[in-house]
Amino acid sequence: MRALQPANWKTLPGPEDITLVTLPNGISVLTRSNFNSPSVVIAGYLASGSLFDPDDRLGLAQFTALSLMRGTQRQNFQQIYDSIESVGATLGFGTSVHNVSFGGRALAEDLPLLMRLLSEALRTPTFPLDQVERLRAQLLSHLAIRAQDTADLASLEFDKIIFAGHPYSRPEDGYPETIARITRDDLQAFHRVQYGPQGMVVVVVGAVEPQRAIDLVQQALGDWQNPRQPDAPEMPAIIPLEASVRRQIDVPGKVQSDLVMGTIGPARCSPEFLPASLGNSILGQFGMMGRIGDVVRERAGLAYHASTSLNAWIATGSWEVTAGVNPANVQRATDLILSELARFSTEPVTKEELEDSQANFVGRLPLSLESNGGVANALINLYRFQLGLDYYQRYPQLVQSVTPEMVLEAARTYLHPDRLAIVSAGPALDKN
Amino acid sequence: MTSTPVTFTQLPNGLTIHLKEIHTAPIISHWVWYRVGSRNETPGITGISHWVEHMMFKGTKMFPSGVLDKAISREGGYWNAFTYLDWTTYFETLPADKIDLALRLEANRMVETEFVPEEVDSERTVIISERQGHENEPLFRLGEAVQKAAFRSHPYHHEVIGEVEDLQKITRDDLYNHYRGHYNPSNAVVALAGDFDTQAMLARLQELYGNMPAGNVPEYHPALEAPQSAEQRLEVSGPGHTTYLQLAYRAPAAAHPDFFAFSVLDSLLTGATGLNMFGGGGVSNKTSRLYRKLVEGELVVNVSGGLQATLDPFLYDITATVRPGRTPQEALSVIDSEIQRLQDGQVSAEEIARAIKQARALFAYGSENITNQAFWLGYAEMFDHYAWFEQYTERLAQVTAQDIQRAAQEYLVPSNRVVGAYLPTGEESGEEEEE
Repeated sequence: MRALQPANWKTLPGPEDITLVTLPNGISVLTRSNFNSPSVVIAGYLASGSLFDPDDRLGLAQFTALSLMRGTQRQNFQQIYDSIESVGATLGFGTSVHNVSFGGRALAEDLPLLMRLLSEALRTPTFPLDQVERLRAQLLSHLAIRAQDTADLASLEFDKIIFAGHPYSRPEDGYPETIARITRDDLQAFHRVQYGPQGMVVVVVGAVEPQRAIDLVQQALGDWQNPRQPDAPEMPAIIPLEASVRRQIDVPGKVQSDLVMGTIGPARCSPEFLPASLGNSILGQFGMMGRIGDVVRERAGLAYHASTSLNAWIATGSWEVTAGVNPANVQRATDLILSELARFSTEPVTKEELEDSQANFVGRLPLSLESNGGVANALINLYRFQLGLDYYQRYPQLVQSVTPEMVLEAARTYLHPDRLAIVSAGPALDKN
Repeated sequence: MTSTPVTFTQLPNGLTIHLKEIHTAPIISHWVWYRVGSRNETPGITGISHWVEHMMFKGTKMFPSGVLDKAISREGGYWNAFTYLDWTTYFETLPADKIDLALRLEANRMVETEFVPEEVDSERTVIISERQGHENEPLFRLGEAVQKAAFRSHPYHHEVIGEVEDLQKITRDDLYNHYRGHYNPSNAVVALAGDFDTQAMLARLQELYGNMPAGNVPEYHPALEAPQSAEQRLEVSGPGHTTYLQLAYRAPAAAHPDFFAFSVLDSLLTGATGLNMFGGGGVSNKTSRLYRKLVEGELVVNVSGGLQATLDPFLYDITATVRPGRTPQEALSVIDSEIQRLQDGQVSAEEIARAIKQARALFAYGSENITNQAFWLGYAEMFDHYAWFEQYTERLAQVTAQDIQRAAQEYLVPSNRVVGAYLPTGEESGEEEEE
């Protein structure tokens, strides 16, 4: 067996094998070759996310993004999908608060087709009326399903509480009444103003030479201009909770309750991100869902799933504990989690716990970068959060430099057990 | 690609070993497969195979609980286990120089898992909680009802997670006996793919497993379900506002020659789907026949099909989310007319060629990652042989329009199916209260 020498770190993406160029119209292109499999992945984003949604038309950015492939000046819906499905390729769009993202893959021989279609969908969508109505029905069905999904309901309410007054508090998929209100004119106007090359990123990873990948992006999108494209609006400040907020959402007919507890977390670029991330691993990820998993699942047998997550974006993030428990056990699980959070935010983690998670972070990196999709995500993060092209090569040192005191400091900053949003959704809870 | 042919061997105690060297990354993925799943369960102990899988994570004397988790996680590896109809599998994907830990762990827990009574009890509530999480989902409730109706005597009758009454009663000894009866070298396949040397790996497996007794696992062939004599229809009602339709046809086993024609048929009807477990994904299905008629016909908002590779004949399902204001009956009648077209032989060579290209692309995506390649080394062995996987695209390419017509005529007939509908009661949710 070959040993994993430190030299193997050089096989991780870095300045030696990532090519980054910015086209004259502002599009940044990152590419890395991988000829181990005859396939390619494209991914990227545009700065036209749901933060541009008017309150009464929440879901507009997403509705627009999902309409892009439903008809263009050159092809109708069936022609578009026939061209990619026939070759086993995929292309899809999604929305977050800041961005519209896209992702696709194909056999390497079909990359030109994929790039052409990306350009066509982004630049010349026609929003055919029948397609808009069909999509609306699909979005409304999705929202009807969401209204019955206990985990989604708890999570929506959680975001409303911790991000009150901020665009992060609003669901990208909107509400039935806002989706019902959006017209074809709204979609066209949103596209006309918000879609453009400024702030756009395209990543190509797989069985293609870098120059060839860049040429294909240039051919497809290099002459795109949109002088109307606005800058992102200023974001309001986020005000942390001053006392805990507890809410229960009754969902009749369900068997299990979903519980979300937590608060805001650091932004991705914050120096506290990495200590918080290692702390999060100790709290609810490492091994069988960390300390929380150990207490709630392993020892008390209260839940199949009980873990934590740290979600970090541009402006801020969230630090959440989630669990699925029997309604009779909601209070007991909440209390167990609260006592773990109290311990976590007052006592430093042990050196051994920290070393475990540090080893995990460093060791899992090559695995997360095994597939083209994994590398594409990594390149997007490098660029989006301006981490530097050598970030993954520096990563082991960055991880090792975190101390228990730094983790405690991050926990103290964010996780106050008496200032949490605590939301459960499921059958009505027994008041006794 | 830098990979070598697969090495197949068997130790004298019956342990099957499949090894595939791949030197593209310093990673090894290691899987141990047991030929035991919900198919091996009788009424009263349903869900026991899955529960045993949970207990396998509780540790042994050599690798106590927690130590195990920690050891793998520290190396940055990932590990997990799955229980299915026909099999249970455990895997670890690790940096190549750390793989010995996984080899020792799996060899040890094949024979020395303890089943401590207190841990059995705490896992009982964990599994019931897992089941209750599923029960929150309308499609789980519908799928469970449909599967029960489709199989009256064969153990494919029940869900892998088991019946809640059984989960409340199964004892520590039931679990231990189930484990001892099925976790033996002669009932297992060890599969590795990644950055190792085959001869060195074989020698190491020989050291770890060579002295274990073969174990006595009797041949097991549950009686196949008798053919259905007439169509069955059922309804499940529950909360929400969304109606679902599910059709389940008895389908051929994976090793049956018709399986390949059936795969192409599924691809034409509901779109191409890969069988990859990791990194395979699928392609969209917007040009499939049922999408065009049902979604574009404004009857449903989505439709999908599922054909599983199983040891005994299982089910081919078509599932749709019905559009508000439409009925499951309307969707059903369109599905029936599309099936009629297939039975009438309306399939072009071009459509078949397209299905083959899609399958080829899905295979390429799946080969990007070593975990998925190791998965196939063992998975195919659970219902046939690795050759099944190697020949998959080739055998699809041999499928003719006549094969598809015949498969549609033979399998996709009303008397061979269960039609289930989930009808929402329309109860409102989302009443919030401050506490």
